[in-house]
Amino acid sequence: MHGNANGLLLSGNHAVAHGVRLARPDVIPVYPITPQTPILEKITELQAEGQIAAELLTPESEHSAMSACISASLTGARVFTATSSQGLLLMHELLHYASGARASIVMCNVNRTPAAPWGFWPDQLDSLAQRDTGWIQLYSETPQESLDSVIQAFRVAETARIPVMISHDAFYVSHAVEPVDVPSQSLVDEFLPAFRSDIRLDTEIGRSFGAPNDQANWNRSRRELDASMQTVNDLVIDAGRDWGALTGRSYGPLEFYRTEDAEVVIVTMGSMCGTVRDAVDEMRDKGVAVGMLKVRLFRPLPVAALREALAGVPCALVLDRNYSPGTGGVLHQELKSALYGLAGAPRLHGLLTGVGGVNVAPGRIEQLVSEFSGKEPVVGPVWVE
Amino acid sequence: MTAHTAPAFKASDYKSDIKPVWCPGCGDYHVLLSVTRALAELGRRPEDVACISGIGCSSRIPAYVNCYGFHGVHGRSLPIGTGLKVARPDLTVLVAGGDGDGFSIGGNHFQHACRRNIDITYIVMDNRVYGMTKGQPSPTTEPDWDSALSPGGTGLSPFHPLVIALASGANFVARTFSGDPNRTTEVLVEAIKHPGFSFVQILSPCVTFRPDERGWKDVVHTAAVEETDDPARAARRIMTDDGFNIGILYRGNRAPYKLTGREATSDTDQLGEMFAI
Repeated sequence: MHGNANGLLLSGNHAVAHGVRLARPDVIPVYPITPQTPILEKITELQAEGQIAAELLTPESEHSAMSACISASLTGARVFTATSSQGLLLMHELLHYASGARASIVMCNVNRTPAAPWGFWPDQLDSLAQRDTGWIQLYSETPQESLDSVIQAFRVAETARIPVMISHDAFYVSHAVEPVDVPSQSLVDEFLPAFRSDIRLDTEIGRSFGAPNDQANWNRSRRELDASMQTVNDLVIDAGRDWGALTGRSYGPLEFYRTEDAEVVIVTMGSMCGTVRDAVDEMRDKGVAVGMLKVRLFRPLPVAALREALAGVPCALVLDRNYSPGTGGVLHQELKSALYGLAGAPRLHGLLTGVGGVNVAPGRIEQLVSEFSGKEPVVGPVWVE
Repeated sequence: MTAHTAPAFKASDYKSDIKPVWCPGCGDYHVLLSVTRALAELGRRPEDVACISGIGCSSRIPAYVNCYGFHGVHGRSLPIGTGLKVARPDLTVLVAGGDGDGFSIGGNHFQHACRRNIDITYIVMDNRVYGMTKGQPSPTTEPDWDSALSPGGTGLSPFHPLVIALASGANFVARTFSGDPNRTTEVLVEAIKHPGFSFVQILSPCVTFRPDERGWKDVVHTAAVEETDDPARAARRIMTDDGFNIGILYRGNRAPYKLTGREATSDTDQLGEMFAI
């Protein structure tokens, strides 16, 4: 453990709550939903103990929660919320509004299958389906990463003036308990200064947000959002590096695990990365030249870094824990788009792996590498359960 | 085919073979019993009944009733029930759920369903808590209910669903107690028979997150006044009662929503003619 911190056994959801405590938010509107609820429970407990000074608001729905987040954030308050699955889908209308209004909200989404049929299983379709809403999206592999990412996310959101969504998988991360290094308040205060917004709802300033625009101004607002989005990759790099300098745990938009000289690179997101690490170690021990590319920043997708990382790699397997009907895995689609026209692009296999929370063990990943690495990819989705 | 004559049904005919996952002692078991008894008493064929719900512990009820069912999304049971009733007015449509589903996330739909006054019966199993997400206060929770998830209480005024139903245009308003299945069955029979939107609030204790509600059986009492068809009088009574007044509190004469368009049927002879080649 790094100095200046406490080691605690925490679930991913409770780790998020501690990250929220350390970020000193002002307003937290949350509506309960399985499997997010432990985040709300822990925040309630910390607030009752006086460890969180924020106004905790429990509105009548997720739509109302996100509405309250937007207006609170635009006053210059630091705002956090959390949801999952149906709750995120109900927020959809306001997700567009939040990014369009440039509200620096940070949200944790617990990835869960959307209905119908009803299910409560880890699957990333809920947040991936929000990829066009203008939110920065980070995917977390472990409780530790979720805590660290919440704090980094506030810095990114408040600098870029774009909301950030951190997603972690239901149960595999949200409820699994692991040792977590909880940094001190002074360390976090050093990393994350108070939110100071010169552009805010303030009667002293006299601004308004969200007024109807003519075509040219609407177009301009999107160009401005685009310009800010293009700064996000560097902001994520800076935040991950500075956090690493303080805690010993560095992060970036992508993470490379044993990809040196790899003949096969497995590309995936979220808790699946932990399983793939074990599989990669097993295969490396057997002399198989395999590595993992973890996508942590999904929006904006780090296209340039992906092209650089995968040029010259003979084969890549994308493991998608989601299914977009009619196309296939969302990460696979995104990778195909990112690598289009790249000289020396890998043979890119898209494998629908663990959709609906089906367990994927390390041994299964070894089988997939041996089954697909020599094959030519097909265009359509490949189900591999 | 000869005209259909209603066969005699037993309450057990309306029970599905799925075992409820409610906690032992949950009030909803008795609501399920009362619903099945009411349907048997009315002699509705299971295939002529649909039970629609949203999300929450009580919203699991369609799975346990042997009729058509639809387990919808959170708070949207009434719009789903409305859509079904306009497409199939011949069906008996029961919409069921809890106080969270009906008065929080679905609160606006509750008001507009009352206002539309379509011929459906809305059953709310009110336990004054979000049970499925493990114990958060709901819109009907007392403001001083002190719990781990609402330390010191919410301080918020509770919703008055029966009064809101009256103000919004519901045509039948009643309150019952799950622990009195005989009375609840009688009220449900009347609610289903009455034209227009019928709203039945069933006080249904959550023994897990509100163990204090076990005491409800000692405080519920029959309304001391006769039912009325005057919504203002009913509303005044409800606003000033203790919340445990049981009975039919309003039976109105408002004209139910008039359906237009084609007539639906479940008569097999008529269907045969419609689809004859």
